[in-house]
Amino acid sequence: MSDVIDSYVKTEYQAGFVTDVESETIAPGLSEEVIRFISAKKNEPQWLLDWRLNAFRLWQEMDEPDWAKLDYPKINLDEISFYSAPKSMDDAPKSLDEVDPELIETYNKLGIPLHEQAVLAGVAVDVVFDSVSIVTTFKEKLAEAGVIFCPISEAVHQYPDLVKKYLGSVVPQKDNYFATLNCAVFSDGSFVYIPKGVRCPMELSTYFRINEANTGQFERTLIVADEGSHVSYLEGCTAPMRDENQLHAAVVELVCMDDAEIKYSTVQNWYPGDENGVGGIYNFVTKRGVCHQNAKISWTQVETGSAITWKYPSVILRGDNSIGEFYSVALTRNYQQADTGTKMIHLGKNTKSTIISKGISAGKSSNAYRGLVRMSPRADGARNFTQCDSLLIGDQCSAHTFPYIESKHPNAIIEHEATTSKVSDDQLFLCLQRGIGAEKAVSMIVNGFCKEVFKELPMEFAVEAGKLLEVSLEGSVG
Amino acid sequence: MLKIKNLQVKVEDKTILKGLSLDIKPGEVHAIMGPNGSGKSTLGYVLSGREGYEVSGGSATLNGDNLLELDADERAKKGLFLAFQYPVEIPGVSNMEFLKASVDTVRDYQGKEALSTVDFMKLAREKCKAVNLDPNFLKRGVNEGFSGGEKKRSEIMQMMLLEPSLCILDETDSGLDIDALQVVADGVNACRDENRAFIIVTHYQRLLDYIVPDKVHVLSDGKIIKSGGKELALELEEKGYSWIEKA
Ligand SMILES: Nc1ncnc2c1ncn2[C@@H]1O[C@H](COP(=O)(O)OP(=O)(O)OP(=O)(O)O)[C@@H](O)[C@H]1O
Ligand SMILES: [Mg+2]
Repeated sequence: MSDVIDSYVKTEYQAGFVTDVESETIAPGLSEEVIRFISAKKNEPQWLLDWRLNAFRLWQEMDEPDWAKLDYPKINLDEISFYSAPKSMDDAPKSLDEVDPELIETYNKLGIPLHEQAVLAGVAVDVVFDSVSIVTTFKEKLAEAGVIFCPISEAVHQYPDLVKKYLGSVVPQKDNYFATLNCAVFSDGSFVYIPKGVRCPMELSTYFRINEANTGQFERTLIVADEGSHVSYLEGCTAPMRDENQLHAAVVELVCMDDAEIKYSTVQNWYPGDENGVGGIYNFVTKRGVCHQNAKISWTQVETGSAITWKYPSVILRGDNSIGEFYSVALTRNYQQADTGTKMIHLGKNTKSTIISKGISAGKSSNAYRGLVRMSPRADGARNFTQCDSLLIGDQCSAHTFPYIESKHPNAIIEHEATTSKVSDDQLFLCLQRGIGAEKAVSMIVNGFCKEVFKELPMEFAVEAGKLLEVSLEGSVG
Repeated sequence: MLKIKNLQVKVEDKTILKGLSLDIKPGEVHAIMGPNGSGKSTLGYVLSGREGYEVSGGSATLNGDNLLELDADERAKKGLFLAFQYPVEIPGVSNMEFLKASVDTVRDYQGKEALSTVDFMKLAREKCKAVNLDPNFLKRGVNEGFSGGEKKRSEIMQMMLLEPSLCILDETDSGLDIDALQVVADGVNACRDENRAFIIVTHYQRLLDYIVPDKVHVLSDGKIIKSGGKELALELEEKGYSWIEKA
């Protein structure tokens, strides 16, 4: 048993290589000049520059939050570069053939083929490398359906009205320290618009990679699903192994109009740091969606990476009969720390939310669920169901649950269930006695524990997520 | 097939088995009886390689292999099967997935061809029927929410699937109703052949009416204190253990 626990501690990170491309990276530190530089680099209109500068001023008045169950030294923003892009992107490639082969190779290694014929059938990909989007596949095919899927930096120019209308409409500029910072310096990210009544013909996916040392990644994603539309979107993330901590502070906003549905899935595998807790990504992310009448937003996340995860994908259930869901698997090993959960804000009548959170802690890690369910005075007939399960592997890790419930409506129904269990010697021995090796046994038990969440992921990614847990164990049982 | 010589085993510095010897030939069925806490389950665990059982003396070989130096999963692959006294639940892992992984590794080790999912399912359903379990059990989590009797029948089903050469059944009859007892006994009897041996741990002579043993041993305080034929079980039923323990 102890051997198997060790294996969780001695994991190899599979995406940890560095791509050798010439990059343009600005000097570390944050100032108004840096913001003007980023904005100029992207040729932004005045309104957006003003928007960024306004955020910067707000941010200067704010303090880094310290309420989470996380323990890390204060982040020194003077050491971080806020913009980095491969040189070859200076004259943006018009097609895949013009993309730097080094970059294509990078994604091949990560198992993300960019050539459309090789791409997973039915998935369009936007690829963000450090601060820029490199390529978006299947653009034409999507355009036929009226779907817009492009880098947000491009959307600013091509669809200014949409961007102007919705940017910051769900996560206000002054929302929180990290989100406000993102507003000031955001680099790139994806923009999606699904027109009225359209069912997006394929899965959309954005793949984020941090490559440069000492840079932060501040992407921004905005998804607007117009009335009666439907979209399923997935993001994936990796980074090289480096000894310094790197900051990732993203913002994701979802606008889900009447009768629309957005399914947003994340497989987060940023570099988690080594077995001594050196290096790794600091992942501070603000994700929020707003549901209008009869709309539905479903967040599914599988969080296995990052040294620190601070993330609470939330749903504002504004419209009557709207539905919010949050399915989460968070795995922490070594010295990883996760403080993650969700907020379900019930404003409309008959709104429903479901929260299923599975936390797995191993090694010396700390894994906390933090969730808020708020029922407003006019949320007649609203209900929530929350289930939080923690699984401990070994006896040096910890799991915590912080559920916050604010009910201002007498009839609202809120159910909360929580369990904590261990991978027991008995379970492990049963597997061994049936010939199943220790590594396979632990990953089977862990996968079984996560089943309710994995079944919410799109098919290909469910397999992917299961493998990710397995890879964590590979070749390391002593 | 199984040769145990003077086996001594400690658990947390307490000696549980105090020099146990046993010789089982292919095709034989040996019953082990004995008072609570005498070390019957310990014997099953130490033979199957569970951690926490320290062998302080003696030896055990299975078909010539030194059992005691193999990992637990290696022993299973070499054909040692333990039906647990208290089968544990593994929530969310379906029986199907669990058994397929088990059968795949064992077959692979034995150089047998892998079963296709279709063939595996056919086989698994067949074995379910043999122990009177609804094949829908295959979709449920391993032992998850099974009744006591269902757990025991499921153990026998697994044994039938894996076709081991040495089967250790630890109180598989405890908690079974009369019909289930018959089903389990039929299952075991159907598996009996000249190449397969059984150790059957039980407290009740009744089971041995259905599964007729070649030998019956009495384990008391970590040692086999008496061995005999199937009549011994009847005698024990009548007189209890004290008459031998005193002798
Ligand atoms: N992990 C352990 N730590 C301490 N003592 C143990 C441990 N495992 C077993 N023992 C002790 O070893 C002795 C033998 O236990 P075992 O389970 O082998 O008995 P048994 O013959 O199977 O009994 P039963 O008929 O009740 O099933 C008991 O006294 C038990 O308390
Ligand atoms: Mg016992």
